[in-house]
Amino acid sequence: MRLELRGITKRFGSFTANDQISITVEPGQIHCLLGENGAGKSTLMNVLFGLLHPDEGEILIDGDPVKFENSGEAVRRGIGMVHQHFMLVPVFTVTENVVLGFEPTKSINRVDYKKATDDIKRVSKEFNLDVDPDAIVENLPVGLQQRVEILKSLSHDAELLILDEPTAVLTPQEIDALMDIMRSLAAAGKSILFITHKLKEVKAVADVITIIRQGRVVGTAQPTDTEGELASLMVGRDVNLTVEKSAFTPGDQVFEIRDLVVRDDRGLIAVNGVSLDVRAGEILALAGVQGNGQTELVEAIAGMRHVESGTITLNGRDITNKSPRQVLDAGLGHIPEDRHRDGLVLSMSVADNLVLNTPRRAPFARHGSRNLTAVRQNAEQLVKEFDIRTTSIFEEASSLSGGNQQKVIVARELSRPLAFLMASQPTRGLDVGSIEYVHKQIVDNRNKGNAALIVSSELDEVLALGDRVAVMYAGKISGIVDPSTSREAIGLLMTGTTSEGAHV
Amino acid sequence: MSDTPRRAVTLRHRFSSTSPIVIAFIALVLGLVLGALIIIFTTPVVLNAWRDIFHSWGSPWHAVKVTADNVGAAYRAMFTGSIIDPPGLWHSITTGKGWDATMTPLSETLTYATPLIIASMGVGIAFQTGIFNIGANGQAVLGGIAGAAVGSMLHMPTIIHIPLTLLAGLAGGVIAGAIPGLLKAYTGAHEVIVTIMLNYVVYAFLLFVVLSTPLQQPGQQNDISRMMDPSSQLAPIFGVASGLRVSYGIFVAAAVVVFAWWFLDRSSLGFDFRVTGANPTAARASGINSRAIMVLVFLISGGLAGLAGIVQAASTTHFIDGGFLIGNAGIGFTAITVALLGRNRPMGIVWASLLFAALGVGGRSMQASTGIPLDLATIIQSAVVLFVATPVLVKEIFRLRTSPTATVQLATKGWNS
Repeated sequence: MRLELRGITKRFGSFTANDQISITVEPGQIHCLLGENGAGKSTLMNVLFGLLHPDEGEILIDGDPVKFENSGEAVRRGIGMVHQHFMLVPVFTVTENVVLGFEPTKSINRVDYKKATDDIKRVSKEFNLDVDPDAIVENLPVGLQQRVEILKSLSHDAELLILDEPTAVLTPQEIDALMDIMRSLAAAGKSILFITHKLKEVKAVADVITIIRQGRVVGTAQPTDTEGELASLMVGRDVNLTVEKSAFTPGDQVFEIRDLVVRDDRGLIAVNGVSLDVRAGEILALAGVQGNGQTELVEAIAGMRHVESGTITLNGRDITNKSPRQVLDAGLGHIPEDRHRDGLVLSMSVADNLVLNTPRRAPFARHGSRNLTAVRQNAEQLVKEFDIRTTSIFEEASSLSGGNQQKVIVARELSRPLAFLMASQPTRGLDVGSIEYVHKQIVDNRNKGNAALIVSSELDEVLALGDRVAVMYAGKISGIVDPSTSREAIGLLMTGTTSEGAHV
Repeated sequence: MSDTPRRAVTLRHRFSSTSPIVIAFIALVLGLVLGALIIIFTTPVVLNAWRDIFHSWGSPWHAVKVTADNVGAAYRAMFTGSIIDPPGLWHSITTGKGWDATMTPLSETLTYATPLIIASMGVGIAFQTGIFNIGANGQAVLGGIAGAAVGSMLHMPTIIHIPLTLLAGLAGGVIAGAIPGLLKAYTGAHEVIVTIMLNYVVYAFLLFVVLSTPLQQPGQQNDISRMMDPSSQLAPIFGVASGLRVSYGIFVAAAVVVFAWWFLDRSSLGFDFRVTGANPTAARASGINSRAIMVLVFLISGGLAGLAGIVQAASTTHFIDGGFLIGNAGIGFTAITVALLGRNRPMGIVWASLLFAALGVGGRSMQASTGIPLDLATIIQSAVVLFVATPVLVKEIFRLRTSPTATVQLATKGWNS
């Protein structure tokens, strides 16, 4: 299928999310749409998939102008979309998920599972998807669930596949496998629109690269261009992709976990006997595919989740099963994984958010009464020091961009006296400029001699920040390695295979 | 990871053209228009006049005039009955006489508003903490019982008796509030269910105390308590002889307003309350003890409701009976709507209480002078809240550029704790 977007413009109020965007995808081509968060990629895809209606511009399929009122029409015209968040029913089988809404029927509404299963086997084989039609979706690893999504689109005869940030939840090996699938799909004549902000993947798989910034197409690039060139096109200025770190001079042990066992919300063991230690002046980076117990581990350390057994020690103090207040007072700085849920009160002002966990501490309060002058001065100083872009310190936190919201949290945590910084997915969803900034702050804090634990599912981040890298798989530490270790070796640890080849 | 445009910013700017005060005013106007329509469709004289325009003896002008006369008379009665009667005011100014009569409507409105302000402040503080205190009425009743007991059965000088009576009312509310607070904090029981049910327990307890305990008025078989000692009553500010019922309770209400403002805007604990209400998980992560907050908010909210109950009894009836605050007129229930209308802010609640009091008092005067039932005032009250709660509707009617943020700010999280 040949898809052409001509001058697509989409506005939300006075905000222009897409401004005169024109793109052409040829049959059998992998077309990469590269842009930062907030650049307008997802808006454009939602326009293409019929979920939003463009204010201007037109969509042409094989030369014919089309207008989609809803996603169903887009599907009928051969467009398939694999969303960031899978649209699957976890307790259904692969077959049931694939036929959902488009069930082939025999007589009187009986679903023809035999035919459906055969279809899936055929398509799966054709593109090396290797999916068992009878497997229950929730039992499949994330990478395979994603293939089910692809299979779903293909079984609806998609000629153009939109992949929206498909690699965010995958291990390095799964990413490689996905790239292979994408290539074989292209070879079979399918068109692919691949949306991402990860430069490595773009270089690995793209035929054509279109770069979007602030809702406009700012240029095209070749897969042979360097990552630095792609990044500066994407951000609009020169970007330093490496993090400057001073020499590693570890001090005394500050933080220690011994044989920690923690259960998740369903009562299943999520952290299974984890032991870690972090020294002053050291960043320990915890790598791993999301959902392997990192979230539960971090919550247990922060005092927000009950510890079944084992101990957590901070600065010589036992903080196992202490309240969040006690843990914070012991010297923990915490940049939480989900900033909207745990880190900020969006409906409150920037100034209030900057004292969120120190409202009672002098000078912000006295005898139970808040000192708003001190709160204001603190906010003015931190906004300046941490370059938080806001029109006013009294503006609601919700009005800030994601990067600036994260800066509010970073400023709050790093401005407190702390012994140990724990940051979970500290740059998730941030633009390159903010990532650069947050990384610099974390490293500066370490250079000052503080200990830090950085939990991230982005391998690049782990390797850039960590003085040592621990890898977590299925609730256990599958290995602790030097950051100079190859990506492949760390990738293997992320799937639970230890360096000796044994499965944990 | 998604490219969601920053809509919040643009929408906020658009919304600034319609302030909450404008919305509230428009809602009031719409409520009055709705009330007028109801008067038209329920008053036979008006309907007949409109029917007659199809006959030779009727005329559209006549119908319009009859309509205006009837609606005008109703609303005039409502206004003069709750705020001021202009001719009476003029008479008082020119002759210097009859001030008591002139000020009676205003005094009645303030009398009605006083306990409402106190109770609504308690409900509002709970709302700001994300707690739906539907039990304010039961807490007010228990406060009334405790206060009336201290006021009628202990005897001491005014200077100790009044504070002690008010304190007893407060304590009664605190006790009634502690139950759902503790249950929610330690067992996760939903506060809405617990407080609704507790209301009935308290009502039954009220009947018990006024029928079967020494609090019952001696020599009485009916469900009525002893009279509170004059030393425990909140006396009329202008003396009993003036006939103006507005009492010193109004100063209690003023103190509560100042406290609520300080508590929410200036105190550390109030900050914790607001953080908990706006984002419970962030509150926890920031080291706020949500369990303690849960209990404390019920103690404060219940205490204020209890105080409202005893202020009501000590300034108007001076006794309690089996029907004390029970039924639709219960201030604890009105307080919920008033708190919502006042957007849970202290001054907003003051204005909303005064509006509700004026509509209630004026409604009675309207019923007396025009025969239009008091329920019309209740309909207008409800309609105002409805219009405030649905800015989208107001927007559609007036083609205003409002935004969904208005809804978000008004809505509370009480239900889905």
